[in-house]
Amino acid sequence: MSERQSRADRPAERLYNGLIKENPTFVLALGMCPTLAVTTSAINGLGMGLTTTAVLILSNLIISLLRKVIPSRVRIPAFIVIIASFVTMAELLLEAYIPSLNKALGVYIPLIVVNCIILGRAESYAYSHSAIPAFFDGMGMGLGFSFALTCIGAVRELLGAGSLFGFELMPESFTPISIFGLAPGAFFVLAGLTAAQNALRNRKSKKSGGKHSADGTPDHGELPAGCKQDCTACGVSGCSSHGKFYDDTVIELDAEDK
Amino acid sequence: MSEDKRRLRVSSNPHIRSHVTTSGIFFAVIVALLPAAGYGIYNFGPRAIAVILVTIASTVLTEFLFGLCRKKTTITDLSAVVTGLLLALNLPVELPLWMAALGGVFAILVAKLLFGGLGQNFMNPALAGRCFLLISFPKQMADFTTRGASFGTNGAFTWDAYTGATPLAALKAGESVNVMDMIVGRTGGCIGETSMIAIVLGACILLLLGIIDLRIPGSYIVSFVIFAGLFGGRGFDPAYLSAQLAGGGLMLGAFFMATDYVTRPITAKGQYLYGIFLGLMTGIFRFFGPGAEGVSYAIILGNLLVPLIDKVTKPTAFGYKRGGKSHEK
Repeated sequence: MSERQSRADRPAERLYNGLIKENPTFVLALGMCPTLAVTTSAINGLGMGLTTTAVLILSNLIISLLRKVIPSRVRIPAFIVIIASFVTMAELLLEAYIPSLNKALGVYIPLIVVNCIILGRAESYAYSHSAIPAFFDGMGMGLGFSFALTCIGAVRELLGAGSLFGFELMPESFTPISIFGLAPGAFFVLAGLTAAQNALRNRKSKKSGGKHSADGTPDHGELPAGCKQDCTACGVSGCSSHGKFYDDTVIELDAEDK
Repeated sequence: MSEDKRRLRVSSNPHIRSHVTTSGIFFAVIVALLPAAGYGIYNFGPRAIAVILVTIASTVLTEFLFGLCRKKTTITDLSAVVTGLLLALNLPVELPLWMAALGGVFAILVAKLLFGGLGQNFMNPALAGRCFLLISFPKQMADFTTRGASFGTNGAFTWDAYTGATPLAALKAGESVNVMDMIVGRTGGCIGETSMIAIVLGACILLLLGIIDLRIPGSYIVSFVIFAGLFGGRGFDPAYLSAQLAGGGLMLGAFFMATDYVTRPITAKGQYLYGIFLGLMTGIFRFFGPGAEGVSYAIILGNLLVPLIDKVTKPTAFGYKRGGKSHEK
């Protein structure tokens, strides 16, 4: 694994990457279990996000520092041990200082150990980069995760309970739509917000039109993030309508047939 | 149809087409639903009209606005009207109108259009809307405060407000019900589900026009009756069984929602299987579940199984062995 220090490894670029470009929830769709389970209110989402951020920053930092020591064959168990240590610390700290949040998040705090964002960043970034970029990568990814969870939690709390961060916002006559507090609501809101940010992203990239992005890789115009340019092997729908890989134009030969 | 276009007629198969159109079928379904809607309005009073109109307006408007965004209009196929009407007939009359509208928007937008529009929806949109409302507003959706039509002492036609459990809830609580009232429809419940006579009248129209057949409703009702007789707790008592049949949304569901072209199995064998599954699920929900009703959830569960049923009951093509292998090697 090469250790080049390119533009993409600058702290600001890492933060931007985690928050917007490769947002772990809306773009990479990682760590779905806490995303769906604990976002019943904005404060729960924020708490979960920040706890994960703390673990992510520290684990990225330590793994990056130890990357020359950890043999690549046993790297995954080593990562898990490091991550689990930080999660245990976070859990004990939460239990001591914010017991209400600890109670609300419940089993999902220990489950941060197996959160695929953390292991994913360790494997794909921290293990092959030096400490400072890895630190900011963890911070960017963590803040992106916190941002997404807070957004989902805010929408669900507003519709499902009529409040935001615990403050009653909706008028008295509003009847909470309780489905948004339940599991189906989590899926609806996650899907809605993902679609919204995809729409924003598409509009933005259409404006900049095929320009090469900062890190030198070609910017694929209207292509959504994560496109492997193979529509048949891809679950993302809605991009083939751009007509780039699938030509689904129907030639109407005879109007009489209708 | 200019002459120029006539010259070249290149088209892929099918070359023989029937004159049945999507909008024609949906128009027939609307007509067939009118008796039930009419009886609902008679039974529950003017507010039923408001609920029906608001729900239809919300579904049609959603479809229209979505069509504007996609630059493709699909409201002329009347499917949005059918969805709105079916949803309204499955709502209690006192439901706040904005909730009815929200249900309509959910039914069309989330259950149908986001999955690709008519023909791509994996679930009956009207039932999806109803279940969305059932989960979101459990209290309001179970509020069967109704106004019954009656002739007062001076012969004037009035609507009296009365609160009452639905006949099914009464049955579940072990009370006795008036079966005749349930068949005619003089009971509490959702707007369009109370009158068995009106629903069967509408169903007959569809059966005579050949738009639906008896496979799904028949196997649904028969399997449900058998299940009710075995596990209902009162044996094969004709009064009890007919009360179970006439009560709740069973008739409306069996004839108008389980038979939805998009969300039912394709093959005849699959349709029988689907009907039996619906009967069993409805029975399980009614007799072992916490609530008194279970038709909506049964049909939605059935809808989810349809791709599987289609796969299992796929007929073997001529000249092939089971499993798709050719006889000739």
